Amino acid sequence: MTETTQDGPMLAADGTPLKKSLRRALRAQKLRALGLIAPLLIFVLISFVAPIVDMLFRSVENQIVSDTLPRTVVALRDWDGEGGEAPGDEIFKALTYDFIVAAERKEHTRLGSRLNYEMTGISSLFRKSGRRVDDIGEDYLDQFKDLNDAWEEPATWVAMMASEGWVADQVAWSEARAAAKSADQDFETPEPAFALRPGVAKALPETADIYSAFARTIQTQDEDSPTEEEPWNPVYMALFNDLASNPDAASAFSGDVAALLSEAAAAVGNFETISPKDAFLDADEDWGDPMVWSTIKAFAPSYTSGYFLSAVDLQLTASGVQPQDEDQQIYMLLFKRTLFMSLMIMFSCILLGYPIAFLLSNLPMRQSSLLLILVLLPFWTSLLVRTSSWKVLLQQQGVINDILVWIGLVADDNRLVMINNQFGTIVAMTHILLPFMILPLYSVMKTIPPSYVRAAKSLGATDWTAFWRVYFPQSVPGIGAGCILVFILAIGYYITPELVGGTTGTFISNRIAYHISSSLNWGLAAALGTILLAVVLILYWVYDRIVGIDNVSLG
Amino acid sequence: MALPTYATTGQKIWHYSYLTLCGLIFFFLIAPIIVIIPLSFNAEDFFTFTPKMLALDPEGYSLKHYRDFFTNPNWQQALVNSVKIAPVATLLSVSLGTLAAVGLSQSHVPFRRAIMAVLISPMIVPLIISAAGMYFFYSRIGLQGTYFGVVLAHAVLGVPFVIITVTATLVGFDRSLTRAAANMGADPVTTFFRVQMPLILPGVISGGLFAFITSFDEVVVVLFVGSAGQKTLPWQMFTGLREQISPTILAVATLLVVISICLLTVVELLRRRSERLRGMSPT
Repeated sequence: MTETTQDGPMLAADGTPLKKSLRRALRAQKLRALGLIAPLLIFVLISFVAPIVDMLFRSVENQIVSDTLPRTVVALRDWDGEGGEAPGDEIFKALTYDFIVAAERKEHTRLGSRLNYEMTGISSLFRKSGRRVDDIGEDYLDQFKDLNDAWEEPATWVAMMASEGWVADQVAWSEARAAAKSADQDFETPEPAFALRPGVAKALPETADIYSAFARTIQTQDEDSPTEEEPWNPVYMALFNDLASNPDAASAFSGDVAALLSEAAAAVGNFETISPKDAFLDADEDWGDPMVWSTIKAFAPSYTSGYFLSAVDLQLTASGVQPQDEDQQIYMLLFKRTLFMSLMIMFSCILLGYPIAFLLSNLPMRQSSLLLILVLLPFWTSLLVRTSSWKVLLQQQGVINDILVWIGLVADDNRLVMINNQFGTIVAMTHILLPFMILPLYSVMKTIPPSYVRAAKSLGATDWTAFWRVYFPQSVPGIGAGCILVFILAIGYYITPELVGGTTGTFISNRIAYHISSSLNWGLAAALGTILLAVVLILYWVYDRIVGIDNVSLG
Repeated sequence: MALPTYATTGQKIWHYSYLTLCGLIFFFLIAPIIVIIPLSFNAEDFFTFTPKMLALDPEGYSLKHYRDFFTNPNWQQALVNSVKIAPVATLLSVSLGTLAAVGLSQSHVPFRRAIMAVLISPMIVPLIISAAGMYFFYSRIGLQGTYFGVVLAHAVLGVPFVIITVTATLVGFDRSLTRAAANMGADPVTTFFRVQMPLILPGVISGGLFAFITSFDEVVVVLFVGSAGQKTLPWQMFTGLREQISPTILAVATLLVVISICLLTVVELLRRRSERLRGMSPT
C-alpha cells in the first residue's frame, strides 16, 4: 500500500497502471465469455441461420434461364416485343444453338418446368422442341455432303477446329487407353478437354462456338470423343452462315482443310437455305406466340423479383408488372385467411385464457399450483396427440356428434360438419395455443398487488369499476405478451391446419409445404417463406421491445 | 377468492357462474387429452364409444391396438428412430447450450442482446420456414435425408429451451461461490463441475427435458430434412392421420400422454427443488 503515497497514476501490484491492468482484466473476461458462447453460436449460425439466409437467396435467384439459353438471352436484349410479333430468324438461330446443347445435356426440360410456373404450356413446348431440334440443319448437312463426302467425317472437323496441342494430347491419351486395354487394366482417365485452334473463332465464329459446345458436351455427357462423332446437324447450319458472311474464311487455314473450305465457300451461294424460325414453328407453333418470348426475356436476368411478385398475385411480363390472371390469384387470399384465422385464434385465446389466469393468480398458492398442472399438461402433451384427439372428437362419426345426436340437438342424418373447415382449425389451434396465453398472463397477474382493488372498493367503486379501471389496465402487458406469442405461433402453423383444415382451413404454410414437396417450385416457396418470416420477425422485435426475450418463461 | 359473508345475491350468482365458466374452460383444456385414453382400449375399430363400452362391458374393451403398436414393424421402426434421434440431439443442445448460458450470464458480454436474439431465433421462426430453409441448404451440402442432418436440425431447435431455462437458473446464482472456490485453489473446470454445476443442475435437466420433448415431438422439420429411413414416431402418426387413420394412433397417443405426464412431474419437482435451493421457496 506504500504506492498510494507516490505521485502519478495508481499502480497495480505488478507495477502497471491500475487503469490499464483493469482494462486488460475486463478484456480477458469478455474474451472468456465469448469463448464459452462461441461453440453454440457457430453451431446455430451454420445449421440454422445459414439455411434461412440460403432460403432468402433462393427467393430471388434465377440463373437457370441465362445458364441454359445464354445465346438467346443475349440476342433477346434488342428485342422489345413491340408489334406483338415473335422475333426473327437471328434470335431463332441463337435459340437453335442453345437448344441443341440443352437438349443433349437434358437441361431443356428443367428450364421448361421452371418457365412453366410463369406461363402454362412452356414445359410441353420445350419438351416437344427438344426432340425436333436435332433435325434443324440436316438439309445443310446433305448439301455439304453432296459437295464433298469429307464433311461427314469426324476427322475433317477435328483437323479444322481442334488445336494442335489438343490433337497431340488426344493421340497420346488414346494410345494409353489402348495399352491399358490390351494389358486388361482399368483406365479411368477422361479424354483431355477439347481446345479450339487459335484463329478459328475469328474466321468461323458461329461454327467455333457451337462446335466446341458440341465437343465438350459429348465428352462430358456421353463420354465419347469428337474424333469419333459426327457433329450435330445445327453445326452445319453454323458453318453455312459463317461461310456465307465470310467467303474468305479458307485463308485462315492450310492444306486439305483450306481446299475443302474454299470449295464450300464458292458453293454456298447456290445452297438452298432454310429458316430456323420455320423449323421451330413447324415443331410447335407456340414459338410464334410473343408471350413465350416475353416470358423468356422477363426471366433472363440472374436475379428476379418474379417469385415475390407471384407471391402477391402479380406477374412479371416483358412490359412490366401486371396483376395475375383472375383465376390464379390465390396468395393474397391465403395471406388474408392466415391473418384472419390467427386473429380469431388469438381472440379466442384471450377470451378463454383471461378468466383462467385471473382465477389462478387469485387462488392460494397450493390450489393454484394444482390447477396450473391442468394448464401445463396440454402444454407438455405431444402436438400430434392433441391434433389427433380433435380429429377424433370433431368427426361426423365422432364423440361430439354422437353426444349431440344422443341429446337430440342434432338429427342423426344431419350431423354437424366440424372438421376439414375453418371451424375445426380454429377450435383445435385455440386448444393447442391456450397455454401460451395463460402462462404469460398468469405471470403478470401474479405481480398485481390485491390491495389496489381493495383500495378502489373501499373508495366506493363497484366490483366492475374496480376491475375495469384498476385491475384490467395493470394486466394489459400480460395480454400484449400473450397475444404476440400466440399470434407468432399461430401464423406459421403447419401440422394442425394440414390435418384438420381441409381445403378452406389451411394456412400459407401449407402452401409453402406444397410448393416444396409437390409442385417443386422452390423459388416461390422461398419467397412465400420470406414474406412470412418478415412478418414474424417484426412481431418478434415488438415482443422483444415489450417483454424482452430474456423474460420468456416456460411455466 | 372466497366470497365474503356479506356478499349480495347478485355477487353470489356472478361468483358461481364465473367458477362454472372456469370449470368449463378447464374441461376444454383437459377433456380432449383424457378422452383418447378410454377410446384407445376400444375393441372395435371405431373412434367413438361403442354401446358396449358405455355399458362398461369388459368385452367392449381390448388391448388390440396396443398389441398392433408393439408388433407392427412400421411403428416399431418409427419408435426406434425416435429413440435414436432425440437423445443425441438433446445431448448436443444441452452441452453446447449450458456452456453458452454460463458465458451469457457473465457480467460483461459484448453484443449480448444480438447473441441472445440469434440463439433464441429457432424458437421464434415458424417451423415451416426452418424446415424449408434446412431442406434447401442441407440438400446443397448433402445432409438432407441423413441421420446426422436430422440430429443437427433437432439439436438447433432444442437450443433456445436450454438457453432460457439455464440462464433463468443462473440469474439467482451467487457469484461469490465461484470466487470462493477459485480463492481456495480450484481451477475454472473444477469450479464449474464441483460448485456451479450441482447448483444449476435442475435448470440444465429441465432444459434438457424441453429439448428432448421438442425433438421427440417434432414432425415438420423431420418431414423435410429426413428421408424414409429417419421416419420418427410423430411422422408415422402424421402420415397415419393424413392417409388412413387407424386406431393404433390412439394407443400411441395414450402412451405419449403417459410420457408427458412423467416429464411434467419431473420438471415440476426440479423447479421446486431449484427454488428451494436458491431460497425462493413458495410460501
